Amino acid sequence: MGTKLNNAAGGTANFVDDRTSIGGFVKFFARKLFPDHWSFMLGEIALYSFVVLLLSGVFLTAFFVPSMTEVHYEGAFETMHGVSMTEAFASTLKISFEVPGGLLIRQIHHWSALLFLAAIMTHMCRVFFTGAFRKPRELNWLVGFTLMVLGLAAGFTGYSLPDDVLSGNGLRIIDGVVKSIPIIGSYTSYWLFGGEYPGGDIIPRLFTAHILLVPGLILALIAVHLFLVFLHKHTQYPGGGKTDRNVVGLPLFPVYTAKAGGFFFVVFGIIALVAAVFTINPVWNYGPYDPSPVSAGTQPDWYILFVDGALRLMPGWLFGIPMEWEIFGYTLSMNILLPALIMPGLFFGFIAMYPWIEKWATGDRGEKHVLDRPRNVPVRTGIGVATITFYVILVLEGSNDIVATLFHLSLNDLTIFFQWAIFILPPIMFWVTKRICMGLQRKDRELVLHGHETGTIVRHENGEYIEVHSPLDEQEVWLRVSHDDIAPLEVAPEYNENGVRRKGYRWDRFKQALSRFYYEERISPVTKAEYDEAQHHHGHGNAEADIQAADAKDADERLTGEWNKVEDEAK
Amino acid sequence: MSTPEHHEEEPVTKNGFTDPGLAHHRPRRADVEPKADRRAERQVAALFGLSALGTIIAIWAYFGLDAGDGSDVDAVHRMNLWIGIGVFLAMVGIGFGAIHWAKTLMRDHEMVEERHALRTSDENREAAIQNLKDGVTDSGLGTPDEAGTGVKRRSLLKGSLITALAIAPLSVLVPQIGNMGSDWNISKFRHTMWGPGVRLTRDPDGSPIKAADVTIGSVFHVIPEGLNDLEHHEKMAEKAKAVVLLLRLNPEDLKIQEGREDWSFDGVIAYSKICTHVGCPVALYEQQTHHLLCPCHQSTFDVSDGAKVVFGPAKRPLPQLPISVDDDGYIVAQNDFDEPVGPSYWTRLKGDSTTEATSVEEESH
Repeated sequence: MGTKLNNAAGGTANFVDDRTSIGGFVKFFARKLFPDHWSFMLGEIALYSFVVLLLSGVFLTAFFVPSMTEVHYEGAFETMHGVSMTEAFASTLKISFEVPGGLLIRQIHHWSALLFLAAIMTHMCRVFFTGAFRKPRELNWLVGFTLMVLGLAAGFTGYSLPDDVLSGNGLRIIDGVVKSIPIIGSYTSYWLFGGEYPGGDIIPRLFTAHILLVPGLILALIAVHLFLVFLHKHTQYPGGGKTDRNVVGLPLFPVYTAKAGGFFFVVFGIIALVAAVFTINPVWNYGPYDPSPVSAGTQPDWYILFVDGALRLMPGWLFGIPMEWEIFGYTLSMNILLPALIMPGLFFGFIAMYPWIEKWATGDRGEKHVLDRPRNVPVRTGIGVATITFYVILVLEGSNDIVATLFHLSLNDLTIFFQWAIFILPPIMFWVTKRICMGLQRKDRELVLHGHETGTIVRHENGEYIEVHSPLDEQEVWLRVSHDDIAPLEVAPEYNENGVRRKGYRWDRFKQALSRFYYEERISPVTKAEYDEAQHHHGHGNAEADIQAADAKDADERLTGEWNKVEDEAK
Repeated sequence: MSTPEHHEEEPVTKNGFTDPGLAHHRPRRADVEPKADRRAERQVAALFGLSALGTIIAIWAYFGLDAGDGSDVDAVHRMNLWIGIGVFLAMVGIGFGAIHWAKTLMRDHEMVEERHALRTSDENREAAIQNLKDGVTDSGLGTPDEAGTGVKRRSLLKGSLITALAIAPLSVLVPQIGNMGSDWNISKFRHTMWGPGVRLTRDPDGSPIKAADVTIGSVFHVIPEGLNDLEHHEKMAEKAKAVVLLLRLNPEDLKIQEGREDWSFDGVIAYSKICTHVGCPVALYEQQTHHLLCPCHQSTFDVSDGAKVVFGPAKRPLPQLPISVDDDGYIVAQNDFDEPVGPSYWTRLKGDSTTEATSVEEESH
């Protein structure tokens, strides 16, 4: 049977290759190497939850009716009988109660959406902290960034589709934000909703965006993202034998086919379990959209919380100054524009631009395929932690009512605290993180120069006690000394020898200032000279101590052995 | 292409140290013990078996469990749970099986592959640039080459093509975008269903409210009379603007605003329910403090003092609806709101474009 199967496979392969020259692709892909590390799976989780989204989404489209036509509910869920609602909401109830397994698929779809964005953001953090965005991967960082933004769009458009009270209020907030845009705001609102809010068009329009436009773009960009990963070959963590000129790992076929392919099933399975056990978005409890009711503790899905938090954080009156301005009779609502449009714009802009910002500070240094240990770039790591702090404050403020209730705090105090914290905490976190990183770098130097503490204490004849250190092996040393020691940029002087001012000096000065911010204060890795010097010191000056240390080590091993024997006998 | 643990290039040096090369490979248990090897194989097979069991559970749950007609929520949840558990097992069985196989039984000797600089060679770049230049020359878009092949420079074509390309999308976009905003009549923001004599009725049933029913401390969620007769979409749009909160305070607690002395009576007062921040319904009333709280972003309004903002992101007070009592003892509106309800927009303070005569309203605070 084996031979038969092989013959059939060979025949098919021959047929396909004759017509597509696929052999070249297979030769190229099959044994392509990928390095191994758990943190490389974060992007995979994002990819796989997107696949689950597509699968479960197709199921849902078979039953969902994207229409705002009014119906009076007569379905299975008795509490809603006779209630006026849109077909969108009625069909959501139908999926939940009348399609067997429909509720499960709805919950799988919603949970995977939450996981999709969580995985994207965690993956972004991994890429950021390890410096995987450096040359030649800046463009792929931008592709990934765009995927994140599209993910937010996919999530929000989908969240709004059931046309329940919660999502309807979410749309109303969007409407309020859109109206605050100077000059075109009111017209943009009309364009979006097909007339005055809420109109009768928004659900079908969101549906098209949600099932066609946005996922189409996401699919296309995922293709670009993965193509670039193959083209660049994967980054690898530092270690012996791993350089910027090679990639060390295991082949795509069979090892990663099994591992990564298997991981898809694990992600799918765990989403299914969560969806089976934990209810999410029970719209039947909220009811259909009605502009009047709203309940306490309204929250968007978690990935929108940061914008909602910013809206909550921004006061309408700041030290008695109104944040809604009237300029020549026109209204400019800074209390909305600033948190909901300007802040996210600057925040996302900074994230998208980051590879270039760091490049200006570092200078162009060629292709980087070996990842940074976060401690070795203290300023970048500090910026990352400060950015996360900023984001987390907004997320917490976005659920400030829940946080306040949970911890028995005053809602107003909490908001006031966050209003100050958003400015104070990120710089503090930056500073603390930078110091921690530098402390870890010092620890690395210490280890390389003096070795591991062994816990064995030796007493000299003169009564002095010392602790014996065991030297690091060559792999341990290499991990701690193989990173670049980047010094701040030096710039050419403003005037040349003829006293003529040169072009681009100001830009260079800016880059230099940035570079000093990054690299002025730094812990250099141990050099070979320092290492040899330390070895020399250990080797000769304390020959006697070394002998004693060896004795002590023997004694220690003997004692441990005896102790183990006693323990075994006791059992 | 891939040669395990072998470098053709010079070993890398950094800070004076030399790359020690790949760490020594440590064999796994299954590599050296035939027993462990067989055990791992059995475990993988068991996991794949678990997956098949999961599939059976899911299909059994679909056919075997009775979810009734969907009216029994518990039965729906039960089916949901069992299909979900089936899917979970079906998936993770395959997943963990494959991963366990890869980790215990497949090759784990790391291999090394050389990277090549992404930059193409200089010759390649030059050739690419030359090809483009040739194309530009051939098309006549660029300057003729020095050899003077007699190709003319066709700047007229270039200019007209760019113009045509730039404006062509408008032929589709203008009708498309133009249609999407319906009638574009944004002056609708200024008007609600309220007008002289329109009764205040209960949300959602639409029954009118007698002044005598409004006791001190009570709150009514109010819609205008006739709202429920409207067609669905129109009703939603009107309701989104017209909803009102009717409250009665102890008249001593109520600070009547200047110019609004006759807009309320006996401590009965009505405010727009639509937040002046981004438009959520301001639905949470705290009787003790007379504060109205918007649950979306916590803008807090003091209803005893003209619904001014006391906390949160809103800047303007909630618009007040002038009310009185009609001959039958029902509460009615005296007029529409004197300003647009809900969130601010660019031309909020500008006069009504349809009735240009009305003066520009000034902000009361």
